Amino acid sequence: MTVTELQQALSLTPVAVPEGDREVEGVYIGDLLSWVMGRAQSGNVWLTIMSNVNIAAVATLSDVACILLCEGVVPEETVRATAETKGVNILTTDMTAYEAAKRLAELGL
Amino acid sequence: MNEAVRFHFVVDGEDFTSAGQASVSVKKNLRRLGIPPETIRRISIAMYEGEINMVIHAGGGEAEVVVYEDRIEMILTDHGPGIADIDRAMQEGFSTAPDNVRSLGFGAGMGLPNMKRYTDDMRIESVVGEGTTITMTVMLA
Repeated sequence: MTVTELQQALSLTPVAVPEGDREVEGVYIGDLLSWVMGRAQSGNVWLTIMSNVNIAAVATLSDVACILLCEGVVPEETVRATAETKGVNILTTDMTAYEAAKRLAELGL
Repeated sequence: MNEAVRFHFVVDGEDFTSAGQASVSVKKNLRRLGIPPETIRRISIAMYEGEINMVIHAGGGEAEVVVYEDRIEMILTDHGPGIADIDRAMQEGFSTAPDNVRSLGFGAGMGLPNMKRYTDDMRIESVVGEGTTITMTVMLA
C-alpha cells in the first residue's frame, strides 16, 4: 500500500505529500525523537503528536514512509514547507494514536 | 577509490530548528557514493544524535566525515562544558537536557546510546570545561 492509498483508505488529511507513491510497511508510535530514531524501521508509518520542525529531519534520517500526526495536531507552515523540500510525507487525523493504530492493523499493516 | 573522501560541517549552536542539516547532507552524499541504504541509515542517525547533542549542550561544534575504502569515520568536536561522567551519560534514559529541549521531543537520554548502537566503534574524549570529541566508525562490508 502506498502513502496516498493509505491517506484515502483512512480519510487522512494531507499536510505535505511530496512522495505519495512511497510504499508503507509496518507502524511505529512514539513522541521521543531519539527513541523513534532508534526503533522505527524504514518504510514505517510513524504516529506521533510531536509537530515541531525536527520531525522532518527525524523522518528523513530514519527513512519512515510517512508521519501521521494524531489527535488533530496541525504543524506550523514552516514544517509543511520543510517536509515538501525534504520529500517527507505528513498526514494528520483527529483519531488518537490508539484509534489510528487499530485502523492501520485492520488494513494489514 | 584510494583517496579518502572528506566532508566538513559547522554545526550552528544557535539554531535548534535547523539541526540536522549536516546529517541530511551526509546522507545525500553517501547515497551518491553508492553506500548501502542500511549503512547510510545508521550513519545519518548517529550523526544527527551527535549534532543534536552539540546544539543542546555545547553551543555547536564541528563535524568531519571521512569515507575510506573499508570504513566511514565521523569525528564530532565541540568546545562545550565536557562530560563529567561518561559511563553515566552512556546509560539509556540519563539526560541533563533542559526542559525546553525535552518539550521538543529530545532529551530522552538516548542520544549517546543510539550513537553507540548504530556504529561499530565509538570513542569519547572529554575534558570538563574544555570540550568533547567523539569519534565513531562504521565498517563497510
